[in-house]
Amino acid sequence: MSWEAVIGLETHVELSTRSKMFCGCPARFDAPPNTNVCPVCLGLPGALPVPNREAINRIIRIGLALNCSVTGRSVFHRKNYFYADLPKNYQISQFDLPVCVDGYLDVGGDHPGRVGIERVHQEEDTGKSTHMGGDGRISAAEYSLLDFNRSGVPLVEIVTRPDIRSAAQARAYAQELRLLVEALGVSDARLEEGSIRFDANVSVRPGPEAPLGTKVEIKNMNSFRSLERAVAFEIGRQTACLDGGERIVMETRHWDEEAGVTRGGRTKEGSSDYRYFPDPDLVPLELDQDWKDEMAALLPELPARRRSRYEGMGIDPAQAATLAGADVHLRGLFEGAVEAGARPQQAGNWVSGEVVAALRSSGRESLADSPLSGPNLARLLAMVEDSTLSGLAAREVLAGVLAGEGTPEEVASARDLLQISDAGVLEAAVEEVTADHTEEFARLCSGEQKLIGFFVGQVMRRTRGKADPKLAGRLIRERAGL
Amino acid sequence: MAPFTVMGAARALRGGAVTSVQLAEQVLKRASMVEAQVHAYLTLDSDGLLQAAAEADEALASGGGRGPLHGIPIALKDNMATRGMETTAGSKILAGYHPPYDATAVVRLRRAGALVTGKTNLDEFAMGSSTENSAFGPTRNPWNTDRVPGGSSGGSAAAVAAGTAFGALGSDTGGSIRQPASLCGLVGAKPTYGAVSRYGLIAFASSLDQIGPLTHTVEDAAVLLDAVNGPDPLDATSYPGDLPRSDGRLGRGLEGMRVGVVSDLGGLEAVEPDVDASFRKMVAAMEREGARIVDASLPAAPHALSAYYLIAPAECSANLARFDGVRYGLRVDGATTEEMMSRSRAEGFGPEVVRRVLMGTFALSAGYHEAFYGQAQKVRTLIRRDFARAYEGCDVLVSPTSPTTAFPLGDRTEDPMSMYVSDVFTIPSNLAGHPAVSVPIGLDRRELPIGFQVMAPALGEPVMFQAAEAVEALAGFDTRAPYDPGFGLRGGVR
Ligand SMILES: [Zn+2]
Repeated sequence: MSWEAVIGLETHVELSTRSKMFCGCPARFDAPPNTNVCPVCLGLPGALPVPNREAINRIIRIGLALNCSVTGRSVFHRKNYFYADLPKNYQISQFDLPVCVDGYLDVGGDHPGRVGIERVHQEEDTGKSTHMGGDGRISAAEYSLLDFNRSGVPLVEIVTRPDIRSAAQARAYAQELRLLVEALGVSDARLEEGSIRFDANVSVRPGPEAPLGTKVEIKNMNSFRSLERAVAFEIGRQTACLDGGERIVMETRHWDEEAGVTRGGRTKEGSSDYRYFPDPDLVPLELDQDWKDEMAALLPELPARRRSRYEGMGIDPAQAATLAGADVHLRGLFEGAVEAGARPQQAGNWVSGEVVAALRSSGRESLADSPLSGPNLARLLAMVEDSTLSGLAAREVLAGVLAGEGTPEEVASARDLLQISDAGVLEAAVEEVTADHTEEFARLCSGEQKLIGFFVGQVMRRTRGKADPKLAGRLIRERAGL
Repeated sequence: MAPFTVMGAARALRGGAVTSVQLAEQVLKRASMVEAQVHAYLTLDSDGLLQAAAEADEALASGGGRGPLHGIPIALKDNMATRGMETTAGSKILAGYHPPYDATAVVRLRRAGALVTGKTNLDEFAMGSSTENSAFGPTRNPWNTDRVPGGSSGGSAAAVAAGTAFGALGSDTGGSIRQPASLCGLVGAKPTYGAVSRYGLIAFASSLDQIGPLTHTVEDAAVLLDAVNGPDPLDATSYPGDLPRSDGRLGRGLEGMRVGVVSDLGGLEAVEPDVDASFRKMVAAMEREGARIVDASLPAAPHALSAYYLIAPAECSANLARFDGVRYGLRVDGATTEEMMSRSRAEGFGPEVVRRVLMGTFALSAGYHEAFYGQAQKVRTLIRRDFARAYEGCDVLVSPTSPTTAFPLGDRTEDPMSMYVSDVFTIPSNLAGHPAVSVPIGLDRRELPIGFQVMAPALGEPVMFQAAEAVEALAGFDTRAPYDPGFGLRGGVR
């Protein structure tokens, strides 16, 4: 029997605001444990939350970028559950009146489709437990250490509709969302540091018309790859279960990266009755049109739009997607080069190919503060176009420019890399090599065309690679009377 | 004669008739005489008080000390965070807890020059109407120590009535300032919701809690309130605008004031005859003074008690979740974190707290949420609407503060409902977020004080205190609990 997978993703994005969601503590948790804390984020008796306006600004921008409607009136609720790293034993979150609802994100590439966004809501992060002794799990630990630096850091949760149909599409959505969040500048958007976290709800059904199957929530995916693998595994597990006549149990499963499997929770999840009710310590957010307009005006160019703009310049879709997803410095270099007259496709190829490779081999992390500017790259490409530089020499010039040796012209002449395109100079070299190889030259003259390459190679060697190979070929042909 | 009111002490101090140290010594001497019987305080900070008083005298001598409460000893209910001073909320679960910060009201009280005498007893987490629910033993009524002082701010009321503080701050969630003020023969005011910051007030029910004054006079209450109220960036529910001065209409009398008498404020049949008679007598006196007495109706008020006992427990069930033994307070070890938490809570909370946490948890549960919590919020909306209608026809509303005078210790502890009904007149103002004040107007046949409640619309403190001051003048009530310095309190001679 064939099964259709139905997938929804819940994404937590940690905002990179200066202060926490409901207090003035720095929203950084790389400090020594329990140093960025105060009565509010420690949940001390009597302390009260006050919302961070900048966090609200950012969730509005996220919602607008996801084509959501931003509600006029939004309410914070208390989500009640006991956990040692949740200081108040309730999380301030949102329930039936989130900041943003009803949007979508278009996913391109190999798995195109529109993924509906059900809601985008604001909440606060928890502290962090470290279980000491045993195998690191809470069940076997001798004791646990708690760090509340992360407690109260603003989180935005983005919940999709169950519109995703494959593991690859889930990954494509996640990648697109990360690009979007990064473009908005609202979060560090680093998966490995947990500033973006994905949970997936997976179910399968016999076909598109069938009612939704029992869904299973999967957690603990730390990369796009593990998200895709986990979802794929879970789809396989569920179809195998159903094919074997078993039933799917509604549960939360954890992805085990090393074993490549999802595992059912051994611990009892308890009741999922969070007893939501409006937090009486907070007043409803009144999001008026002026506020929304102000945030809309702050939206940068978003990845999808940028991709189509690049395609409009005549760049092929794959290259456009790569460039649009590149970091701000690489994109700046590309756009600067095009502005300075470089051909878009050529500039794109160089930026995503040679420049990235040169950066990597120079050991630099990014182009930030690099002497390689758009106009510099445009000049370098122009020198390749008009044969002043060979492709090989141009790569060397690029490395020189990156190393701060000067403009492309300066580097090329300092390193003596300018191509010899002077027929008079090359004529002499041609004369010398034909004189050195009289036998081969006679065979060429008698029509053995393939020897052209041999002679061009000899000219290149004699000129230490600087000869314009096309010009050299023409001169050799002329000399052989071909 | 030694001053006993806040303003009396302030005037004597500025006039040079007394020093702040003398005021402090007077308070401490009274405490040494009566505290063993009354038990108003959980923490009496004698050394801190004397030292602060000496500093206040020095400041005054060198031309400083311009705060309205400069050098006056004031008591704090023990559910307000005081930096470095034990703050228990009357609960075993917080025994030994020393907050690292001061509540905003405490900061402002100190800024106004007041000296903190200590922390007063209360029903655990302010849940109760008799102060018998304190984990540290009950407080007794200075008027008759066989009887309760009311609650939950019973310690604050008893301290002021017994002369062990010139005034006190309490908190009022369903009547917890006004009812003990009534039972202890004092003035007690609950301001408009949001007038006084709740930052640092250990929450019982966040949407109802307000800090307010307990004092001997209406003027004292207005002055104390104005010292601590005003917007606070640390409390998102604090009223953001400028507040009218609470003493702005004092001395204007009752001429032309429209006074609404509520006929249906929650079943008048429960009112004791002496309380009812006193109340009616005062209304008649007000009319003679020029007030226009009108009939007022709050049709939804009979449901207020039920709504309150859903909303307050629901909020408290979440507010008290943080007391889990993890970060502060009592910890009872267990094999797992969950076991540690549940043992700490079982050991740390008293039965009334457990009862309300359970009620609240149930009221918020899936399947019951709408029927209980949802309905209660609707009642709340109706009560607000009723009040708005009533205030179209009158400036203030009046009622008895409590259906009864002080009841004997132990009388109602076995039957929670009988305790709950003592707040029947005070709860509607909390649900509406409106100000209300209790003023003592006389004694019943057992010589126990009777309170008279004046309610006003939101931000109506000036007209509320105007009416209250007129009532105070008409009553001519001596608010000092009778005592003989040689023998202690009257009720204590047993
Ligand atoms: Zn904090």
